[in-house]
Amino acid sequence: MRLSDFVCLEALIPDLKAGDRDGVILELIQALVKAGKLTRTKAEEVAKAVIHREKEASTGIGKGVAVPHVKHSAAKQVVAAVGCCGRGIDFSSLDKQPVYSVILLLSPADKADKHLQAMECIFRNLQKDDFRRFLRQAQTVAQVRETIEDADASNS
Amino acid sequence: MPRTVDAGRIGKNRGEKANNGKDGSTLSGPVYEIEVRIRNVEGLHMRPAMQFVDTASRFHSKIEVTNDETSVDAKSIMQMTMLAATCGTKLRIKAAGDDAEEAIHALRRLVEVEMFGETPAPRGDATESG
Repeated sequence: MRLSDFVCLEALIPDLKAGDRDGVILELIQALVKAGKLTRTKAEEVAKAVIHREKEASTGIGKGVAVPHVKHSAAKQVVAAVGCCGRGIDFSSLDKQPVYSVILLLSPADKADKHLQAMECIFRNLQKDDFRRFLRQAQTVAQVRETIEDADASNS
Repeated sequence: MPRTVDAGRIGKNRGEKANNGKDGSTLSGPVYEIEVRIRNVEGLHMRPAMQFVDTASRFHSKIEVTNDETSVDAKSIMQMTMLAATCGTKLRIKAAGDDAEEAIHALRRLVEVEMFGETPAPRGDATESG
């Protein structure tokens, strides 16, 4: 699976406005609503589910990245939004460091395998120093998109 | 990659010393290994992967987990999530160090007995996918 198979290119936010974890999650979910990937009426419920999941165990796995996610019936397909925040956000990360790049992933409740494949793809890329650096440095939607497309190109 | 003997089938609570240095493993010294199968229906998603890393990290031994394609550090959450092991997937756990044997049994228990505290696959539904 490639990033562009599930990352919604209409839901890339190079300059997240929110200053805290829950705000960032809401902002990314709103972006998916705007892009038509999620119905407006379900947005709050999905956000709550993502935040609930995040409270169980932080998805801030260190190195400045977090991957909040949830499997939810409101998701019609595996879809992700990507946000960057130069100031850094407290995600209660494992390494206690701020998070600069957030990939929010929603998967249908009955697609465990697709969800795992998307996570594999995300983490395969997040393992790479260059990918994390370019994502963190991206300041425009075009730069975020380019980072994603370049990552896919280098993996193919 | 050469296939080694099936050391740790469900129910056989033992590990075997395996040949090392023949399969791209970075482990040195005597290597204990065991094969496990993911049995919870949601597979090795992030939360089980974290439990796995937590358990692995209790041991001094160097521990690797291998599927057919890749071998990863059992103590790295990022690498463990990359395995994307679905329900039914077989994984090999390899450990080297003074508590290696103990480590592979603790990990096997987490995966196959405790199943990460999650829902097991319905009987007969844990199809092979690895």
